[in-house]
Amino acid sequence: MKFSAITDILRGDKQADRVVPPSGHTAWLTSFTAAAMTFLAVFALALSLATGRLADRWGDALAHSATVRISAPTGQLDAQTRAVLDVLATTPGIARARAMEDAEQRALLEPWFGPDLPLDALPIPRLIEVTESREGYDSEGLRQRLAAEAPGAVLDDHTRWRRPLAVAAGRLRLLGVTSILLIGGAMAAMITLAANASLAANSQVIRVLRLVGARDAYIVRAFVRRFTLRALAGSVVGAVLGMIGVAFLPAADMAGGFLTGLGFQGSGWLWPFLLPPLAAMVAFFATRFAAFRKLKELT
Amino acid sequence: MIAFENVAYSYGGGELLSEVSLRLAPGSFHFLTGPSGAGKSTLLKLCYAELLPTAGHITLFDRDVHGLDRDEVAMLRRRMGVVHQDCQFLDHLPLTTNLTLPAAVSGRQAEAADLKDLLGWVGLSRLGDALPPQLSGGERQRAALARAVIMSPDVVLADEPTGNLDWDMSLRLLTLLVELNKMGKTILVATHDLNLIRAAKQQVPARVLRISKRRLQLAGADL
Ligand SMILES: Nc1ncnc2c1ncn2[C@@H]1O[C@H](COP(=O)(O)OP(=O)(O)O)[C@@H](O)[C@H]1O
Ligand SMILES: [Mg+2]
Repeated sequence: MKFSAITDILRGDKQADRVVPPSGHTAWLTSFTAAAMTFLAVFALALSLATGRLADRWGDALAHSATVRISAPTGQLDAQTRAVLDVLATTPGIARARAMEDAEQRALLEPWFGPDLPLDALPIPRLIEVTESREGYDSEGLRQRLAAEAPGAVLDDHTRWRRPLAVAAGRLRLLGVTSILLIGGAMAAMITLAANASLAANSQVIRVLRLVGARDAYIVRAFVRRFTLRALAGSVVGAVLGMIGVAFLPAADMAGGFLTGLGFQGSGWLWPFLLPPLAAMVAFFATRFAAFRKLKELT
Repeated sequence: MIAFENVAYSYGGGELLSEVSLRLAPGSFHFLTGPSGAGKSTLLKLCYAELLPTAGHITLFDRDVHGLDRDEVAMLRRRMGVVHQDCQFLDHLPLTTNLTLPAAVSGRQAEAADLKDLLGWVGLSRLGDALPPQLSGGERQRAALARAVIMSPDVVLADEPTGNLDWDMSLRLLTLLVELNKMGKTILVATHDLNLIRAAKQQVPARVLRISKRRLQLAGADL
């Protein structure tokens, strides 16, 4: 296929357009399908972008911090805490280490267990917040030294629970992308059906055109142009409605930046503008394929 | 221009045409006659490659029809003007657009002056803006002839072009065909109207082919 096939579509050919009679319901079906599918695609796009952002944010926030958790009988807890702090202070690659206050730990646990948590009565481990320096530390070496100095200490460098989160976010993003592909596929299928219906309804027109010496490419162009423009128009409407929908989604950024809103942010708003040209392209190829195949059946 | 060599055609039942051999020389004028249902339209469809022979060979402009792809068939049809038995217009477009369709599909612009001449020639000057369904049978057939010749084809094939016409109008259409032939076009007219053939023979040295019992014969002078 030549590039000119696409520029021809945009330039248009009055005469070639008119050889196919305007047909009501397939026109409507195509525009509606394109609008509905683009509307859905805007949300799928928002989902992909948001989960992508989520994965980045979790990754960034957690990458440079770690926790040492000390579980020990009450009597040994302070001694072990001190030992751990000493170890951390002499470990290269660690910028800062700080034992958390009871109040801080309570605040951390409160969202999960409620405000009435009897912290004193429970064997809550002591938490030490570790901030990594730029060059990073050797976590295996640190683990061994901690095991020797403070048997109750466990280094939690977050990778263990960060990984499933990142994987979950990645899956969500994949889900969004898959949805967009499925939406594109469904749209191609429906436009193919509409194009086939239109070709069948116009078999007499096609016959006449063939008889006066029209090549398949000429006939196909008349149909393809019509369906492409309808899909483009429908898709623009769908994209605008979808973006309005996304703009009015409640913001979920309250949760301390941990969660993220489903909406678009910044240049993310440009992505939905890609959908109408994409929909037009899907319509272009779907109709073109259907038309060339159908023509061989018809005459 | 058009040559048949032992051609047979069957729509799936028995053979409708058998052992048909035929050669249309450039500039010749032929009638094709035979009873209704004999296969006149079928033979014309073989001539413009809407149907392919089930046996034998058909050569159009020195090309074997079996070797043609769809684009090549389209190109061949641009060199032929066909008046179909059922006319075949695009009913949603005005007559002028229908007449210039052969030019439009081959990417050419029909001259407005030519179109005007052509409409006058077939006596349809007033009806350029009419839609085909609004025309009478005779007007449609004249329009079909106008469309057939707009690209100045080498060959004109006409299938019962006077089927819907009264005698005066039939003669007028015949005159148009004779004029075309005098301009050097090869003409093949299928008709069961023997009076028309007799009238034509006074104007051109036309040959008469007859389909009889599945075979094509050259009819004698004794029509
Ligand atoms: N598409 C077709 N399928 C099957 N039979 C056909 C078809 N077209 C024509 N026929 C049959 O072939 C015979 C010849 O038809 P046709 O060529 O139109 O005859 P004519 O033009 O001489 O009247 C007729 O009996 C007709 O019923
Ligand atoms: Mg017939």
